[in-house]
Amino acid sequence: MFRTALRNVLAHKARLLMTVLAVLLGVAFVSGTLTFTDTLGEAFKKSSAQSFDHVSVAVRPHSAREEDRPKLDDALLEKFGKLPGAESVTGTLSGFTALAGKDGRPVGDGWSAQGTNHFPGPDGEDPRHRFTDGRAPQGPDEVAIDSRTAERTGYRTGDTLRLSADGSVRTPKITGVFDTDDGNVAAGGTLTVFDNATARKLFDGDEYEEITLQAAAGTSERELRQQVAQVLPEGLKADTGRQLADEQAEMITEQTSAISNTLLYFAAIALFVGVFIIANTFTMLVAQRTKELALLRAVGASRRQVTRSVLLEAFLIGLIASVLGFAAGIGIAVGMRAAIGATGAELPDGPLVISPTTPLVALAIGVLVTMAAAWLPGRKAAKVPPVAAMNSVHAAPTARGLVVRNSLGGVITAIGAAMLFLGVSGGTTALLAAGAAAVLIGVIVLTPLLSRPVVAASAVVVDRFGVAGRLARLNAVRNPRRTASTASALMIGLTLVTGLTVVAVSVQTAVDKMAVGLMRADYVVTSVIGPGLHPEVREKLDALPEVAATSPMRQGNADLDGSYQKVTGVDPAAVGKVLDLDFAGGSLAGLAGGGALVDQETADAAGLATGDTLTLKFYDDDKTEKLEVTGVYNGNQMIDGIFVDTAVIDRHQDKPRDYQLMVAMRDGPSPAAEKSLIAASDHNPAVRVQDKAAISEEISSVVSLLLNMLYGLLAMAVLIAVLGVVNTLAMSVFERKHEIGMLRAIGMDRARVKRMIRLESVVISLFGAVLGIGLGIFLGWAAGTSVRDTLEAYTMTVPWDRIALFLALAGLVGVVAALWPARRAARLNALEAIKAE
Amino acid sequence: MTSSFTGATGAAPSTAVAARATGLTKVYGEGETKVVALDAVSAEFRQGEFTAIMGPSGSGKSTLMHCVAGLDTITSGSAAIGGTELGPLKDKQLTKLRRDKIGFIFQAFNLLPTLNALENITLPMDIAGRKPDQDWLEKVVKTVGLEGRLTHRPSELSGGQQQRVAVARALAGQPEIIFADEPTGNLDSRSGAEVLGFLRNSVRELGQTIVMVTHDPVAAAYADRVVFLADGRIVDELHGPTAESVLDRMRSLPTGAAAPQRESTRPGSEGTAAPTG
Repeated sequence: MFRTALRNVLAHKARLLMTVLAVLLGVAFVSGTLTFTDTLGEAFKKSSAQSFDHVSVAVRPHSAREEDRPKLDDALLEKFGKLPGAESVTGTLSGFTALAGKDGRPVGDGWSAQGTNHFPGPDGEDPRHRFTDGRAPQGPDEVAIDSRTAERTGYRTGDTLRLSADGSVRTPKITGVFDTDDGNVAAGGTLTVFDNATARKLFDGDEYEEITLQAAAGTSERELRQQVAQVLPEGLKADTGRQLADEQAEMITEQTSAISNTLLYFAAIALFVGVFIIANTFTMLVAQRTKELALLRAVGASRRQVTRSVLLEAFLIGLIASVLGFAAGIGIAVGMRAAIGATGAELPDGPLVISPTTPLVALAIGVLVTMAAAWLPGRKAAKVPPVAAMNSVHAAPTARGLVVRNSLGGVITAIGAAMLFLGVSGGTTALLAAGAAAVLIGVIVLTPLLSRPVVAASAVVVDRFGVAGRLARLNAVRNPRRTASTASALMIGLTLVTGLTVVAVSVQTAVDKMAVGLMRADYVVTSVIGPGLHPEVREKLDALPEVAATSPMRQGNADLDGSYQKVTGVDPAAVGKVLDLDFAGGSLAGLAGGGALVDQETADAAGLATGDTLTLKFYDDDKTEKLEVTGVYNGNQMIDGIFVDTAVIDRHQDKPRDYQLMVAMRDGPSPAAEKSLIAASDHNPAVRVQDKAAISEEISSVVSLLLNMLYGLLAMAVLIAVLGVVNTLAMSVFERKHEIGMLRAIGMDRARVKRMIRLESVVISLFGAVLGIGLGIFLGWAAGTSVRDTLEAYTMTVPWDRIALFLALAGLVGVVAALWPARRAARLNALEAIKAE
Repeated sequence: MTSSFTGATGAAPSTAVAARATGLTKVYGEGETKVVALDAVSAEFRQGEFTAIMGPSGSGKSTLMHCVAGLDTITSGSAAIGGTELGPLKDKQLTKLRRDKIGFIFQAFNLLPTLNALENITLPMDIAGRKPDQDWLEKVVKTVGLEGRLTHRPSELSGGQQQRVAVARALAGQPEIIFADEPTGNLDSRSGAEVLGFLRNSVRELGQTIVMVTHDPVAAAYADRVVFLADGRIVDELHGPTAESVLDRMRSLPTGAAAPQRESTRPGSEGTAAPTG
């Protein structure tokens, strides 16, 4: 039996090509993912372990609340320094520090721009910063920058740098450039170093974030930790460097396995799509070998042996494809790292890590998927009666069995739809997901049934291509099962693509509406770093002649009826010009006199109405304030909470900061206006000036990035589906070579034979695409209902332009997939084809 | 050696030539495996004549038909359909010629299973983008007796009925000549007789020109004229044949009809592989 199977595999090399490719790609995705994430995880672990080299013991707060513990201050630092096992003690401190490049624009994005203190030990060095040039900064007008940032910006020792750490602009001199193991820098961020006193002032620190100790020679980490523990006050905890490194390693493993799992989901989709192609191929091979199989049965092979010979063939194909796929996967892993590196993201270096389980997993998955897909065709093979060997006509696949299939598909689809509707009205995500999966599977089962009416409907267009079009359409439904599995493979990819696109575009529209919908201002000025904008920024902007009005958005934090409440201070005189509040009751009028505007939802929850009195307890100074509700407005996720006069907030804060400034211009937004706003804010790298269009663009770029990543991940599944179309057409051409020969003989020219195959391919592809897009929109609608729970402004937006593009691409896929089969068909020798077998 | 035969006294009134082969030679392969399938064959097929080409298997009879019908290329010599030389034609022109001037009936794979009987009959005209002549079509359908079966799919028709559809398809376009390659090879004798009857009637009543390749003396007896091939050459000719006279001639053929023989460059030598005719 083994020899028979091997011979069969070798005999059908060309016809098995697409099947092998489908398995290969799926397996490559799996092994590529595993290798890539293993390599990445190992590299991150190594680089993070390095950053704990100079830490023997680290002391950190145990509980979050400051009142419950002593401060990590200099007194504590000194106490640790006196421990016999301590070689040196370091207090570390950090905060956002925005840098301007030589072109005046901020370097990197806000969150990865960090600053820290330089804390030299007894030897005058801070092991965190290894200077390669110059020296450590001293005094408020000096800084040092990391070498990667220096390389990126072109700054050198001696240059003057523009930065902002506390909101105001500083222009210190660069005294040195250093190398660091800082994880943020490794990930592409910037690190600016200040001397300790300056850092403490800038980062508002009456204490350190962490105190680290380095053990003296002869003292182990654990011994030092015991010494620290003896003097350690309540509320603080001490860990050895080893513990911290382990902790971090665990976190990295968790993160990389999360990435790995996400990628594996998509690999599973690709493999699932591959199943349809494998099943198609084996069904065809079995159908073509009916006589041969019958002969085997006639000479005494049992049904089981026949099934086993088919499965053995699948095993061999799976094995070959998996070995190749594994090798391709290693290539993918290497390529992926290079590709990510090319986008500018910095990944730590490290050797390629291929864990021993990876090849095993790859082989097992490839072989099992192939054998599982070949199982049904194998069983069909066993049902061939021995007498079929003698018959000259082999029975063509009939419509028998579709009745069972259709009923089953109908039931699954109905159950899935019922679950979906329940989920939509009841709102559990699990029910929605299960319903969506059931509907998808149900429709896959129903595809043969759907193929007839949908393909028949294509007559309107296809029959315009004359007899080639009509024959193509008829051929497309000739073997409904095969057409169905081919189209299903494409449908799965397109369902996911369409569904995700609908949800993402709807979210984007909703967020966009919230972000700029209630805005009357032309510009929003924000601080990209923590503390917010200094009130003087507003004064500078107000002084500009082209500015019509500005209002701060000053953050206050208060307690209303025992829970946190966002309170925003605005300028009562200007707020009407920058915000378009939709009042349900009251108006802006009373705000100036100590009134408060409350959004509808908060008002409902607190039982407040216009005219009522509101009691807020401010967290900043624990004082209570009573305000009259002078207006109730309909808010959204961006504009919500309680609005008060900035004067109210200022009463409770020492250092009020504006998280945003809303600016209305006299002549609307313009590049010149934007320039003068930037200039007025002192070219502060921490200040960002955006008009409405820029905000919308930022939102849409986030959504596009996410969508593009998903498209990329689903590309493999779509690619495999395209191979399926090629496979099906190649099979059809092979099976119909006599017919095509006859057509050539009676006068169909090569061009029309090609057109016939191409149109069949396009019809099948578009059939899959139409099903996928329809199902995708439906599932997108269902998924959207669960999004609406968290995003009120969500309304389903179907991006018809994109959907038209998907359809066009599906048509193109059909044309491309038919290239090779159509050429083969056109080249068929009419003479050979019409000769009797 | 060139053998030339002309049907001087056909049943057909016309003397115009529908198809002609002149010194037609067809060689397969090269060197050691070189096989001469047709050795300078010259023949004419007159309009309104039903010609049968006979010969033992491997005699080159199918090759002759394929070459004259523009399905196969010619090594040397020439072939023409209604005055059009086939030699210089490109594939596209040959295809058009087959479409517009020739009807085909094959032994098998004659019909498209996705089309019904009527659609199969009009297929060549659909390909050409021509409207069928309704009166003629009705006449043809009636002649082959398919009136009640036009909407049936091939799978719903018997073998004989399927072949009658093929005959109707060949006739429907009123081609200059119809080539039939063992049209009764897959049929039982009764259905075969029916189909051959239709072919003969179409010649007698509709004035069609038919060239039929067969190895069955009974089938050949339906023709006006029988041309005998052996070893790639025309060796004999018979007018107004009967099954008996055909059988007699075959027995007297130089290489003998009883033992089908492989072709070779040298007549009489055996064992060289050749494509079956």
